[in-house]
Order: sequence, then structure tokens, then C-alpha cells
Amino acid sequence: MSMKANTRQVNGVMIVDLSGRITLGEGSVILRDTVRDLVGKGNKKILLNLGEVNYIDSSGIGELVSAFTTVRNQGGELKLLNLTKKVHDLLQITKLYTVFDVKDDETAAIKSYK
Amino acid sequence: MASLPRHRRHSSGGGSDRLATTNMVGKRVTLTLDSTLDSVNSAEESATRFAAGAGFDEDEIARISMAVREATINAVLHGNAYDPAKKVGFQLERTRDSMVITITDQGQGLDPNKIPDPLAPENLLKQSGRGIFLIRAFMDEVQIRQLHPGTELKLIKHVPGAAGDNKEASQ
Repeated sequence: MSMKANTRQVNGVMIVDLSGRITLGEGSVILRDTVRDLVGKGNKKILLNLGEVNYIDSSGIGELVSAFTTVRNQGGELKLLNLTKKVHDLLQITKLYTVFDVKDDETAAIKSYK
Repeated sequence: MASLPRHRRHSSGGGSDRLATTNMVGKRVTLTLDSTLDSVNSAEESATRFAAGAGFDEDEIARISMAVREATINAVLHGNAYDPAKKVGFQLERTRDSMVITITDQGQGLDPNKIPDPLAPENLLKQSGRGIFLIRAFMDEVQIRQLHPGTELKLIKHVPGAAGDNKEASQ
């Protein structure tokens, strides 16, 4: 299944609803382009909703890290929402779970931005 | 979805292309893949079907499939660098007690002693460099051999309760 990304704005936070596989190729490119587009338009509060992402490979992990540093370098914050068990486990194994600010409630996640 | 018949395919041991067999010991599937993204997906799908037929549970199948995906990405992307003249060798084998996956490329060669630790603080936020780490995390044994030129990765996952674990069961 290919990756899809839909963006919506809630209280000043850009939420990107992702679904499918974030893998080498199309999935990683869609994520990269979406985040770069948001940052390019001056958005600094970005929340990636991974609730419908059922698979991610090392390339996808790399894109998440790249998105995180891209937003941070622009003075913004990128957080993750609704990790599936597989993605959660991968972030644990790679020690990235503590790097990302991971949320499991959208309303609380929105309120957490400064 | 990429289909297997696009690649050269050899199957032995079971006398059939059907992978989901009840007795897969000795079963072997050998493919020669192009250095493309489609090959990565084909290898992953083949490994998923083979692992299911070999008797692994859902979680183990997912780990094996991901390890195979990462190994094939290494071969296609880092080894052969998408060079259409270079091929990826791919073999799935069900031995007495294990599933063995062998993936070879024709690239510059990967020195196992020079693979950075992706968990080191200085590497944690790097975009790449987690492939081999994940393969090692998901498989029971990983052997890396330099071929001059190229690299061979052998990934081994032991089958729970298989012949090697219970010798009486195989006699």
C-alpha cells in the first residue's frame, strides 16, 4: 500500500495524517516533501499522526529524523502522534523514542506546543 | 506489485513453486534480481511467503521480512548503486533447523568492521546507517562476507521446535 499524507490545521498546529508505508522510495519522498513544504511556508508546529502507518523501514526512520531536525533547525517543533506497535518498537530499538516527543492524544498534543 | 516471474527464478527441493508447503526442509528458492526498487519489494514479498510456509509466527515473519528488505536495500542502493549492469543474488533456503537468506551484490564491498554504531550519540540523528543494525536486531545470526568485488549477507533465523531443536522429531 502506498503512502498518503493529508494536512489539516488545528489551533495553529499543522497535523499531517499519514497512512500506509513509509519506506525507501515514494513513501519517504512524500513525507520529505510534505514537511519541507510546511516548513517553507513558515509553519513551526508540526504533528505527524502515524496512527495509520503500519510499516516503516530504515529509510522511513531516516526521513522521520530528517523531518525532526529540519523543523528544529527552523526553530520549530515536530512531534509524533499515535504510534502503531511496530513503529513504536522500531523507535525503541533505534533509541529514537526518547529523541522524539511522542503523544497518544491529539488534543493534549496540540496543547503541548509552546 | 512486482511479480516474481520477471526475474530469473530457480526452485529446488520441493519440486514446486508453491512456497507454503507443510514440509519445507530442503526447499530452496534462488532469484537473480535487477538493482531496482522493485527488486527490494519482490525480495521482501518472497521472504514473507517463504517464512510463513516455514512455520514462523506473525511477529517473526515481520522481523524476517524487514531484515530481508534492509539487506536488499543495502545491495541495490549501497552495493550496486542502482547500476543496471550489476545484479543482486537472492536465495531463500529452509534447512533442517533454520531459514537462511543469502543476498549478494556486486558493489564496492562492505567492511563489517567499519559500520558505524547508529546508537552512538553522535550518530543518533543521522538520516542513514541503521540497516545492518536492524538486520542484526531481527535475525538470530548475520554473516557478512566480502566477495571482492561485492558483499554477501547471510541471514539466519532458527525455526522454533524444528529438527535442530528436537532431533527425535526429525527421525
